[in-house]
Amino acid sequence: MIYLDYSATTPVNKEVLDTFFKVSNNYIGNPNSIHKLGVESKKLMDEATEQIANLFNILPDEVIYTSSGSESNNLAIKGICHSYPSRSKHIITTKMEHSSILETVNYMKENGYKVNYLNILENGLIDLEHLKKLLKEKPLIVTIALVNSEVGIKQPIEEIGNIIREISQTTIFHVDGTNAVGKIKINLKNIDLFSCSGHKFYGLKGIGLLIKKKHINLTPLIHGGKSTTVYRSGTPALGLIVSIAKSLRLVITNLDNQYDYVLNLNRYLIMLLNKIPEVFVNSNSYCIPHIVNISIPLIKPETIIHALEEEDIYITTQTACSKGDASLTLVAMHKSLPISETSLRISLSHLTTEKEIITFVKKLKNILNKLILKKGE
Amino acid sequence: MKKVILIKYGELTTKKGNRNLFINTLYQNIKRKLKNYEVNITKEISRMYIEFNENDLELILSKLKNIFGLHTFHVANKVSTNEQDIKNTIINMLKQEKIKTFKVKTKRSDKNFNISSVDFSKMIGSFILNNFKKLKVDVHNPELLLNIEIRQYYSYIYTNSYRGLGGYPVGTLGRGLVMLSGGIDSPVAFYLAAKRGIKLDAVYFESMPYTSLEARNKVINLCKILTNYTDNINLYIIPFTEIQEAIYKYTDNTYAITIMRRMMYRIMEKLVKKMNYQTIINGESIGQVASQTLTSLLVVNEVTNFPIIRPLACLDKLEIINISKKIGTYETSILPYEDCCTIFVPKHPVINPKLTKSKIMEEKFDYEKMINQAIEKLIIVKVNSEKIKNELL
Repeated sequence: MIYLDYSATTPVNKEVLDTFFKVSNNYIGNPNSIHKLGVESKKLMDEATEQIANLFNILPDEVIYTSSGSESNNLAIKGICHSYPSRSKHIITTKMEHSSILETVNYMKENGYKVNYLNILENGLIDLEHLKKLLKEKPLIVTIALVNSEVGIKQPIEEIGNIIREISQTTIFHVDGTNAVGKIKINLKNIDLFSCSGHKFYGLKGIGLLIKKKHINLTPLIHGGKSTTVYRSGTPALGLIVSIAKSLRLVITNLDNQYDYVLNLNRYLIMLLNKIPEVFVNSNSYCIPHIVNISIPLIKPETIIHALEEEDIYITTQTACSKGDASLTLVAMHKSLPISETSLRISLSHLTTEKEIITFVKKLKNILNKLILKKGE
Repeated sequence: MKKVILIKYGELTTKKGNRNLFINTLYQNIKRKLKNYEVNITKEISRMYIEFNENDLELILSKLKNIFGLHTFHVANKVSTNEQDIKNTIINMLKQEKIKTFKVKTKRSDKNFNISSVDFSKMIGSFILNNFKKLKVDVHNPELLLNIEIRQYYSYIYTNSYRGLGGYPVGTLGRGLVMLSGGIDSPVAFYLAAKRGIKLDAVYFESMPYTSLEARNKVINLCKILTNYTDNINLYIIPFTEIQEAIYKYTDNTYAITIMRRMMYRIMEKLVKKMNYQTIINGESIGQVASQTLTSLLVVNEVTNFPIIRPLACLDKLEIINISKKIGTYETSILPYEDCCTIFVPKHPVINPKLTKSKIMEEKFDYEKMINQAIEKLIIVKVNSEKIKNELL
């Protein structure tokens, strides 16, 4: 099998799974029970939270455990809107966001909020002049993904944070870091809220994080008393919590090496893809090396995916969460409709080998030859 | 041009005969705190120098800020002692500064160097004025104070200054045992006693099941924070339940705290004698609670003639809280777990207890035997500053 869909989800690291198994087996106490078993569980949970806080250079109190990146995004946006009803009813985002942002923002729009989508430059970066102009209206939230999930564009989040601080101190800055954690270095300075999800960095599915800086208030989506924090109730999922702390440590401590490795793979892959005349590479130098987005305008992307699947090779079209139609991200980047409608995403990992890249490109070429010949008939 | 950290000693310069002991202990303490960094430490009679790896500078400075016995420390440029090298270095240093006024201060410990400190300052001052036309001298309120320390082989030039904690190096003034409850006061007493150079361990009186494991973990966590300022700490956990139950059963309720403190002091005296400590330290502050009035202290203290140091005796609660916040124990101290002092607390404890009355009540049970048993059953937890790596994480 050649798996090239690491940005959809990653296989769980064996060490992480091992931790999950051991914690689930050995720590049966509810961290909120005051007996010995509870205290032991609480101690482990606090250690895990402290480790996460240290890795992100934040305070332990600023970590909120959720079930997923989508929940974190929902909690961030709805929680802020509910907490600051009289500050402003204005949200700024982009068309390049994940559906859990776009749909949540739409939901707030139905509830009377004004939404502005930032202009995107052809290179995929946000038009900062447009941002500056909109910030003069003192919006409540600016929400932007650090790394776009389809094409891999990395936004200059630190600069954006500085601009927001400068122009509108009352604006809360949320960053969706789901596709960034474990891939690039992250600096949470000037960011008020930050979402991510364990399964994107070799952790388990079912756990996400929302980092919320201390000075920000947040109304919970799920009420019910203190779990790990008052912002998200439910019995703490200790096994998942400890496992996300571990997977985060593993990816962050190995980040530099793995980044360089993936960068080399990425260059090699793009070099090979550029040799195929039917293939257009949409990713550019502003993209992280882990994501390579291409378009093959002559053929429906689903056809290619299924043809590759017969060879036991797995890539994806757009994102798994928004099948069909044109890619909003590519449209936002001013790409033509034939390009936007036929995009494919290949996502790489430190687990990917050069051999896999060679095989993939070879098989892709064969498939294209076959399909294009058929078309010609 | 090489950078070093230059350390000036605190009060220890006043200790003539013991000076070597102080410097050697400080040297060992610094070496231990910096063991995870690539450093080269050299000690002299009035200065210590640390060569370091540029990347570790911030972390090393933050460690030095928590070591007792340092007066100030400076990141200095080290050059060979000759006029030209010193001048070149100063040019390089000032190029990076955005200041308008300066002052030069020279300290010449190498009296063979043929220019006096004052003359050298003047000379360097005019040299700077000639090279940087926009700069002016301000001897009263300079934006930049350029320090030059001229020593036999090398000279040290610096413009920065970090304040150390002062005090004596931990370990130079014997060993003491602190009564640590988990509240706000006792960790502060620990810190202040450590500042006087005493190597400290701690005692925690535990009353399971009336107190919880969380309360014990809280005390362990406090010790962990305190290891930032000292070495490893031995925490002695005394099982105190049986004695407390007996007190509750046999004595007049209003005297419960008085008798409890007398029992604690008896245990402390036995412990310090058995384990060779030279003093007992606790967080008592005059008048703070009923058991800390002067008459209470008189009755409680009657059980031992061993020296008891109460660093907080004359501080008020706000002063204590401020120190506790500064040293980082406050947030842990205020976690709401019952400790042995807060359970069985009578509504109106006696403010002026009588010694005779206390003695009569104590006669009702065989406390001597209980005390010996408690000491036999004590648990030792070794707390160190190193994070124990949890394999699950």
